[in-house]
Amino acid sequence: MDISPVPAQPVSRLIEELNKLPGIGPKTAQRLTYFLVRLPEKEARSLAEAILAVKEKIVLCSICQNITDSDPCLICRSEVRDRTKICVVAEPLDILPLERTREYKGLYHVLHGVISPMEGIGPDDLKIKELLTRLGDGGVEEVILATNPTLEGEATVMYLHRLLAPLGVRVTRLARGLPYGADLEYADEVTLTRALQGRQEV
Amino acid sequence: MTAPKVYKTEAIVLRRMNLGEADRILTLYSPNLGKFRAMAKGVRRPMSKLGGHLELLTQTALMLARGQNLDIVTQSQTINSFLPLRENLWRASLAIYAAELVDQFTVEHVENRPVYKLLVDTLHRLCQAQDGELALRYFELNLLTHLGYKPELHRCLGCTSPLEPTTNFFTSSGGGALCPRCKETEPQAQPISLNALKVMRFLQDQEYAKVHKLKISAELGRELEQLMRHYIRYILERQVKSVEFLDRLRREG
Repeated sequence: MDISPVPAQPVSRLIEELNKLPGIGPKTAQRLTYFLVRLPEKEARSLAEAILAVKEKIVLCSICQNITDSDPCLICRSEVRDRTKICVVAEPLDILPLERTREYKGLYHVLHGVISPMEGIGPDDLKIKELLTRLGDGGVEEVILATNPTLEGEATVMYLHRLLAPLGVRVTRLARGLPYGADLEYADEVTLTRALQGRQEV
Repeated sequence: MTAPKVYKTEAIVLRRMNLGEADRILTLYSPNLGKFRAMAKGVRRPMSKLGGHLELLTQTALMLARGQNLDIVTQSQTINSFLPLRENLWRASLAIYAAELVDQFTVEHVENRPVYKLLVDTLHRLCQAQDGELALRYFELNLLTHLGYKPELHRCLGCTSPLEPTTNFFTSSGGGALCPRCKETEPQAQPISLNALKVMRFLQDQEYAKVHKLKISAELGRELEQLMRHYIRYILERQVKSVEFLDRLRREG
């Protein structure tokens, strides 16, 4: 007689699948699985369909490479946005905080990563060719590089600057300085140096 | 006696990996603890008071608390952020290569002060150097020495007689030079020019203060780079990843 404590096959399969998600370890995967086992069928089906819908309907915008359910995406299609500016970001998620500012009215371009030599991520793994094609089509006056202020983010900025400078577009990057509400005491010297360099008339 | 719950050390940040909402797992290299990993909580939030002090290739003074699995960084104060490295793509890439080598060559929790000092000195040198490649070759050869892979460059590995001033051969599997007669035993050995051999000996035996005055041609620079890469890849049994980006930057000028 088999008395092994291994859960039934469909259960262990779900645990395995959930375990693949970022930030979900084996214990969390088990807990989620037993929660899902007890879920009404309707809700379970709705979750499964939502996951499938993401895979089936979501594509990359052929212009800005953002994830979208209609190609070109809403921003690229918009009549009111400033088409002379492109803001380059590393990840699709980075667009949301920039949009929340309501300050920026231009277009975007998503690289899907940053240059990270140690992880073997080079320029060819990013959507750089697509950006160059867009600039080649003309009409763009300014490219705003908005990667994270990390070593890899800055490396990406410097690399893109080398590529874009000869094209005659204005290449800018986000200012670096102290975050709103921050404490000077805890500021690191790189941030403070740059805050001093970029100081402004009051 | 139980180990104290909190402790201090200094370290260079070799590697970072994002975890969860705003945390990171850091790979650190410390003079007294060697390579170790630690958790930095909340460092990806803009208001994090730790974040800027834990960037890649920052030398930082740390306070850590023992955790169940990984220790947790509780305080961090930058000692040196090597700012010039961050403002030049070529220098940044050389420094990233150096950090990757230390990460690949070392195992966790093994103290090696000379390696730590060499890495810190190399980051300082890369901040100042014009092209930095000689500083990097010096780093590679001395790293190998500190880790027990010092190549033999004065005597032939085969017949142990001193090397003649001519084109000799270098064998990665043997870890040193072979004279033209003994080369037959090692078909894999690559030729090494007399100049390359002399420069490698110089880097191995002299202080950096003398080394940095050396002027070498671009051609000799390439030969040294290829020899070192081949030897390092043989020892690690894999390619160093950041090499690819260095080559690309050089190709694209």
